[in-house]
Amino acid sequence: MSLYPVNKPVTDVAIDTGIARLTTEQIERTVQRVLTKECSARLQVFLDTCVHCGLCAEACHSYLSRDKDPRYAPVAKVKDTLWELVERKGRVEPESIRRMAEIAFVECGVCRRCSMYCPFGIDIAYLIMTVRRICNLLGVVPQYLQDTTNSHAVTLNQMWVHEDEWIDTVQWQEDEAITEVTAARIPLEKEGADVMYSVIAPEPKILAQLINNMALIMRVAGIDWTMPATDGWDNSNMAMYSGDFEVMGRVEKLHWETAQRLKVKRVVMGECGHAFRGAVYDGPRWLAWRQAPVTMVHAIDFYYELIKSGRIKIKQKYEPPVTLQDPCNTVRGMGLGKKVRYVVGAMCENFADMQPNYEHNYCCNAGGGLINCGPPWKHSRMLSNRVKAEQLAATGAEICITPCHNCHSGIEDVIGFYDLGMHTKFISEILVECMEIPEAMKA
Amino acid sequence: MYEFVRGPLVWLAFAALIGGGVWRLVALIGPTRKDKVILPYLHPGYAVRSLTHWLVPYNTVNMRLRPLFTMVSFLFHICLLVSPLFLAAHTEVFAATFGFAWGSWPGAWADWMTVIVIAGGVFFALRRIADPTVRYVTRWTDFALLAVVIAPFVTGLLAHLQVGPYRLMLTLHIVTGCIWLAAIPWTRLVHMIFFPLTRAYMGSEFGFRNARDW
Repeated sequence: MSLYPVNKPVTDVAIDTGIARLTTEQIERTVQRVLTKECSARLQVFLDTCVHCGLCAEACHSYLSRDKDPRYAPVAKVKDTLWELVERKGRVEPESIRRMAEIAFVECGVCRRCSMYCPFGIDIAYLIMTVRRICNLLGVVPQYLQDTTNSHAVTLNQMWVHEDEWIDTVQWQEDEAITEVTAARIPLEKEGADVMYSVIAPEPKILAQLINNMALIMRVAGIDWTMPATDGWDNSNMAMYSGDFEVMGRVEKLHWETAQRLKVKRVVMGECGHAFRGAVYDGPRWLAWRQAPVTMVHAIDFYYELIKSGRIKIKQKYEPPVTLQDPCNTVRGMGLGKKVRYVVGAMCENFADMQPNYEHNYCCNAGGGLINCGPPWKHSRMLSNRVKAEQLAATGAEICITPCHNCHSGIEDVIGFYDLGMHTKFISEILVECMEIPEAMKA
Repeated sequence: MYEFVRGPLVWLAFAALIGGGVWRLVALIGPTRKDKVILPYLHPGYAVRSLTHWLVPYNTVNMRLRPLFTMVSFLFHICLLVSPLFLAAHTEVFAATFGFAWGSWPGAWADWMTVIVIAGGVFFALRRIADPTVRYVTRWTDFALLAVVIAPFVTGLLAHLQVGPYRLMLTLHIVTGCIWLAAIPWTRLVHMIFFPLTRAYMGSEFGFRNARDW
């Protein structure tokens, strides 16, 4: 008998049908291909160097949230997946792949916190991504996540938004913006603008007011900006997390080619973490570019610049007590921890930091493709992030600022599940509320 | 038997250690090039920054989270690497072979360091049994590796204290020592060689991203 609670069985139609189609020969062939053709020095050195010490365990929010259940320690997740695949040279039964897919897609957010706890600096998230790659090639990816990848493959954005719908949504938000600030514009296809602003597909699909927010900020700050009217406006990339690197590469290539077609000086992106990772690191690396061809500025960095330079002035600070989630891909992935605190400090009167914070803040357990695995896995996702609930409750805040879409939705879920009586907000939502709009600009 | 053990076997063990170590590194050149995202991003400054943080006790968050483990681990590794080098018996053998040697430490120091290594090994073994998280990822090879590492220290201490038949103990000490040295490149003890490389990689990955990896 296990001392630890067993997960309720989850029905995920894509995993179930994927497993039913698998043959052992196919698994063996695919595993061999990934392990020997796609992976190389890192896989070999990481597996050889790991001494099974378990020092990575305390890094993982799912391990901590599940009362230190040994199966949730990062090293255990590697043991139950890659160690087995490597030792058996891929000769495993389809049912084993089911458990491996669950571990890789649902129980690890590839947030890389454990790499900061491993004395050797083993990139455990990379090892888990290798398992995802294998699952992807085997056609065993959670249904909702696979759907976003399918959308990327067809429309080059994450949420099946068609080009005409995109243009229509942007123009609708321009209409909204004009009602608040005179001459607020969302210039489409302006060649040679200083800034191309790119967003992730959930913005036009379900959070269109965020585009309006940016139109207001750009107008007040007097930025020469544009957005594309063609596909390539979406900077998100769930294919990166489903293990479909071919589609990931196509999405990033189009995004960067769009920026180059518009001859913009730099790309500013909305408040999203994984999109930064895809656009700046994983995408270019897959495409064999050393770095992205145009400078990418994350929204946090952009707001920092606007406030610091005085282009945006704060009229009245935001009163309710706030706390801040450090998104893995912008704080651990780009070192924006200090800048985001500068922005929050400039906007908010009452700020209580989470503990631990900065690079050491716990994962939201929603990014890395986790929340995209959809409703079937939500309960498990909530159980795996009790530490976030405890961390939030300890701040006494009413609002958790989440400058990342995954953190935003994931933490709102945690707040609801653990009944914390708080809400999440993006920086832009607070910034438009408290920035100074010159009298002449008021509509 | 003893003559063979203290002669050719020791040479073989060092050949296996050095040859094997060099071979493991050379064999890594091809795969490192093939894994295209390593070399372009390696940064000496970030690598050194990461290494220094992880080589200084209590200089990382995880080390401070586990004060006892950190202390045992550092003492174990330092004593393990240093005590054989400054043991009078070893330096004398070295001097007899090569005609020169370096100074040795007082015998009592060596004794205590040996005891620390053995105690550290026992601590790690017990931790593997007692801590459910470590037990879950422990295999028989993990205990075997600990035994390989500890054995030369146990036999060396027994020989030094003249417990049991001296000649046999000494022979066992040299044999187990040779096994340990030869095993380094070919087992997970290879972390001794790979540690700077993995840290250089992760240090660069984080440094390149303006973030700290400790």
